[in-house]
Amino acid sequence: MNAAIVGIGATDFSKDSGRSELQLAAEAVRAALADAGLEPSDVDGLVSFTMDTNTEIAVARELGIPELTFFSRVHYGGGAACATVQQAAMAIETGAARVVVCYRAFNERSGHRFGQVQTAAAANIDNSWSYPMGLGTPGAMVAMFARRYMHEYGATSEDFGRIAVIDRKHAATNPHAWFHGRPITLEDHQASRWIAEPLRLLDCCQESDGGVALVVTSAERARDLPHKPAHIKAATQGSSVDQFIMTSYYRDDLTGLPEMGVVARGLWEKSGIGPSDVDVAVLYDHFTPFVLVQLEELGFCGKGEARDFVASGALELDGALPLNPHGGQLGEAYLHGMNGIAEGVRQVRGTAVNQVANVEHVLVTAGTGVPTSGLVLAQSVEPVRP
Amino acid sequence: MIDIEKEAARIAEQGESAPRFARDPVNLPMINNWLEAIGDQHPGYTEVAPPAMVQVWTMAGLHGQRALDDPLGAMMKILDEAGYTSVVATNSDQTYHRYLKVGEHLSVTTSLEDVTGPKQTGLGEGWFVTTRSTWWVGDEAVAEMRFRVLKFKPAARSPEPASETPKAQAIRPSINRDTEYFWEGCRVGELRIQRCGGCGLLRHPPGPMCPECGATKPKYLVSDGRGVVYSYVVHHHPQVPGKQTPFVIALIELDEGVRMLGELDGEPSIGLPVEVVFTKVDDELTMPSWRPRADR
Repeated sequence: MNAAIVGIGATDFSKDSGRSELQLAAEAVRAALADAGLEPSDVDGLVSFTMDTNTEIAVARELGIPELTFFSRVHYGGGAACATVQQAAMAIETGAARVVVCYRAFNERSGHRFGQVQTAAAANIDNSWSYPMGLGTPGAMVAMFARRYMHEYGATSEDFGRIAVIDRKHAATNPHAWFHGRPITLEDHQASRWIAEPLRLLDCCQESDGGVALVVTSAERARDLPHKPAHIKAATQGSSVDQFIMTSYYRDDLTGLPEMGVVARGLWEKSGIGPSDVDVAVLYDHFTPFVLVQLEELGFCGKGEARDFVASGALELDGALPLNPHGGQLGEAYLHGMNGIAEGVRQVRGTAVNQVANVEHVLVTAGTGVPTSGLVLAQSVEPVRP
Repeated sequence: MIDIEKEAARIAEQGESAPRFARDPVNLPMINNWLEAIGDQHPGYTEVAPPAMVQVWTMAGLHGQRALDDPLGAMMKILDEAGYTSVVATNSDQTYHRYLKVGEHLSVTTSLEDVTGPKQTGLGEGWFVTTRSTWWVGDEAVAEMRFRVLKFKPAARSPEPASETPKAQAIRPSINRDTEYFWEGCRVGELRIQRCGGCGLLRHPPGPMCPECGATKPKYLVSDGRGVVYSYVVHHHPQVPGKQTPFVIALIELDEGVRMLGELDGEPSIGLPVEVVFTKVDDELTMPSWRPRADR
């Protein structure tokens, strides 16, 4: 795509921001514009999540953005993350806008917590097949998949735990991470309490307050801006057969995430690269089991083989596929995947705290268990093959 | 042989009954009695009545008799004569336009909206009878109610009596045209699976249009209520309204082939044979759940 991420901005990541969600959004957008070397008056497009409480016009008012020619929202919770960038890139390619900012900001820990049971969510007809039966938290919904995955492939709680250990190891050396300086061991994971068996506390990501924003513009304009652009080599959304939000339990098979398979096919086809060309993987990690399933859907290993792939050390910073060098949502913060895209940009720029050497391509994925999205960010704008 | 549909059409054509006036105006002593009986401690009902009381005001009292032009009474009589002698209320949807003030004198009118049947239910063969009532203060409509009963011939084998566990704060499903057959089934002890009226596809959760053949005539079959555990979760944290942790939620693969979520009362394992149990929450809601099969 003829577009690049040229600015990233974030607030502090905390458990109690002490300010409104709109203020968090405005702070993040202002920081991202400053990073991009652009002014609010340069912005003519804004994109966010349907779940975000901050409207585009409210954000524009706070920033003093005078006119907008493109504003859009993406549905399905964290599945929207990479799709906000896709929307921005499409707007730029079609001429709908010249500079688009994608943002997500919330008080997800001190305010409305997604990890609690949202009684009001049962007003949705789809949720009426799960919430009244007592299945009312994202953790429990993922646990239903995880149990079946263990049954079919022999994966264990320790296999899930290795993901948490890697994320927390990377967060430990990231000063911006909530869990900076606090790595865990596999024994810590195994000793942590049950949340929804087979998930333990340390299989579940934290809850955070904060905001993240990303500035997207054309590849031509990007050349005149201060930072090395992170070119959007491919961006796609994915929804699959008989799709539900977190409860796609009625398909033939419960061990995959076919919507991520749709994303994978789209990314490899559009970017012209394949799994072996990925230098850093920023995979959505709200719950550990779905990181294993993503590795399989994205083609880094075969079905049921993720546990061996993970145990081989491939996901370490010096491994074949460094995972979440910022610490992911388990370690850095839960910002609905947007902080992962910012990390992808830093890895392409070469400015990350846990920088991987010679990064050409970064893969970023969005929320799992929901209709989702993905990105390939690259140093070079040229496709590997036509 | 009584032609029930013809009789129903005749009663429906009569339209609204004449207004029937409440015995007493809206009054504080009755409001206080009702609040006490329901356990509602809201302090605000000193000059207005709780909206949900609306039906109370026009109740006929201990020795009251139905008005001659009451369409529900007339329809019940016809179904009694046709052998459908038992009755169970299935749902009641009320709409309140405003608060009723102490001193206001209500009247009520009722019309017959719909009679459908004969339906095979777990209770026996029966007809669903729906009436619509409007409450008035003068010529101002202040509240409405759609009320549905099942009038049935008691089946030889009655379903297992639903255990009465009040779960007041449990999360309730939202129900619409596409899903009401399922919840209606639970109330009469039937686990219903949507079956396409065009191609016969079984589908759960249900929807209005068949993804196989495009037909928009969903019907249902009554499941045998047996299956095996396909996957399960033991829920510990956080607390879930109406549940005591830890508890088990299972994904059941029914013998008919579809999957369905439900609470499981028993030690879970994948492949465990289970059967459905119905638990009555209140008059409007009965929840299906699962237990290990005795004959496994």
